[in-house]
Amino acid sequence: MPFKIIASQCTSCSACEPLCPNVAISEVRGNFVIEAAKCTECVGYFDEPQCVAVCPVDNTCVIDTSLPRYQAPA
Amino acid sequence: MKIRAVVGRGEYVTAAVDSGNRIQPAAEHKGCRASAKSRQTSCGSQAGQGDLPNEIWDKVKNHPCYSEEAHHHYARMHVAVAPACNIQCNYCNRKYDCVNESRPGVVSEKLTPEQAVRKMLAVATSIPQMTVLGIAGPGDPLANPEKTFKTFELVTKAAPDIKLCLSTNGLALPDHVDTIVRANIDHVTITINTVDPDIGAEIYPWIFFNHKRYTGIDAARILTDRQLQGLEMLSERGILCKVNSVMIPNINDDHLVEVNRVVKSRGAFLHNIMPLISAPEHGTVFGLNGQRGPTAQELRALQDACEGEINMMRHCRQCRADAVGLLAEDRSAEFTTGRVMKMNVQYDLQMRKAYQERVEDQRAAQVAAGQKELAEFAGEMSTITLLVAVATKGSGLINEHFGHAKEFQMYELSTSGAKFVGHRRVDVYCQGGYGEEDRLSAIIRGIHDCHAVFVAKIGGCPKSNLIKAGIEPVDQYAHEFIEKSTIAWFRSYLDKVKRGEIQHAERDAAIRREALISVA
Repeated sequence: MPFKIIASQCTSCSACEPLCPNVAISEVRGNFVIEAAKCTECVGYFDEPQCVAVCPVDNTCVIDTSLPRYQAPA
Repeated sequence: MKIRAVVGRGEYVTAAVDSGNRIQPAAEHKGCRASAKSRQTSCGSQAGQGDLPNEIWDKVKNHPCYSEEAHHHYARMHVAVAPACNIQCNYCNRKYDCVNESRPGVVSEKLTPEQAVRKMLAVATSIPQMTVLGIAGPGDPLANPEKTFKTFELVTKAAPDIKLCLSTNGLALPDHVDTIVRANIDHVTITINTVDPDIGAEIYPWIFFNHKRYTGIDAARILTDRQLQGLEMLSERGILCKVNSVMIPNINDDHLVEVNRVVKSRGAFLHNIMPLISAPEHGTVFGLNGQRGPTAQELRALQDACEGEINMMRHCRQCRADAVGLLAEDRSAEFTTGRVMKMNVQYDLQMRKAYQERVEDQRAAQVAAGQKELAEFAGEMSTITLLVAVATKGSGLINEHFGHAKEFQMYELSTSGAKFVGHRRVDVYCQGGYGEEDRLSAIIRGIHDCHAVFVAKIGGCPKSNLIKAGIEPVDQYAHEFIEKSTIAWFRSYLDKVKRGEIQHAERDAAIRREALISVA
């Protein structure tokens, strides 16, 4: 499933955290992380993934290619 | 991080009261100085009450950012509780701290609202002339509304006499106007760099609005509309608004005259045009593409062009989102969370009031002394105006050694008085107690358009180099009031010109205004 945060690029600005419709983002020991099991890539909520849209550093919230893409329930 | 808004203050307040016990008869604060030339001196920010209504004067008189006169005496603090931002600016790099707010490479500590209040109490105890708490980032306060308003609420409970202040890019402002009013926030700064979306597209690569990222002209149009709407809403509710604009040569420099007109018509109280801070090491778009900042002369010419329309702020130090102290100093390093937690904090309102009364006495004495000296001109007029540099640690006194000055305050002298027109950063010439030759020449270049430099003390070598460069070192007014002393010196200068002892000549220099780099 979907997005992950590249920790080395994250500024810990916290902008993404309250925007996530799935409450999948939290701060863990100073780093913001996305809980993969909760992330829906914002499908069904918004036209674009909110964490990507608000993130001040390009290519920091990215698709986690080690996991299958999110499939909306039929 | 970003924060345009914030960029706008800086104050300086250190040992505000080295002569605090000198009580002199109270005098009226100076009003709008009638100017010999068409150059109108603004009242609200430049001088004293002037023609400002009492209720507005009450709001600004102790606010170092809103009153130039107050910035010699009163301190502010910013608490960095708002890290998130909702727009991107080409002069800001979010990977580090805001280049406009912070020393390059130094990351501010984020604070929780509870930590912020603890810090406020520690600062209020150590610096009784701290009268204003602002939230300016390091992101945008209104992109972090819960943390921002929680902090204001806790501060009001703990220290009801502290004025509250907020700096924003304006994108979210219209949504929060009612909350701002309820929270008793007296002052709001909005950073408005343009009112033209074509220009905005060159400054803002994107904004995040209504759950969507907008780019280009669409982004700039939304941002401008929201900023102006927010400004109007606040003005209608009687909240004082300052507008900050970053002057970016060849992008918005000419256009800022139009911005000035537009924000004035929507009720802005004060306009602060600041120079772009841009260097490749900041990693900003402008830093990397070679966009330069304005020279001190370009900045001043633009500020002069806008004056008369609205009060212009010229004492901004473009301070950090966690700055503490007088505008021209930064004592934030003394108040890190680690240190604050160990401090014995006792909020003593009576002590603070008594201290501030002494400051007021001194401030009144300073104004009275300046007016008295000015009266000595007895109607004499001269077309001569010139610039002088003053080394000061605050309190409106010439109380800094030449070698220790991190900045010089610039005053324009004419027969209508001494007018504060800005400040110049210089490298500290006397680091470690010995001077270095090249530093001295850098300082001399930095104040080369001045006829004189006023200091509390100066060594023999810099003295002779200054004289060689045609700048008179003046140390005879050590620890005296700035206005009074500079006017007295100017009178004797005019006398010498009249007697033919000296020939008046214009001076000039091309100076870059650099960012505040504190060695604290």
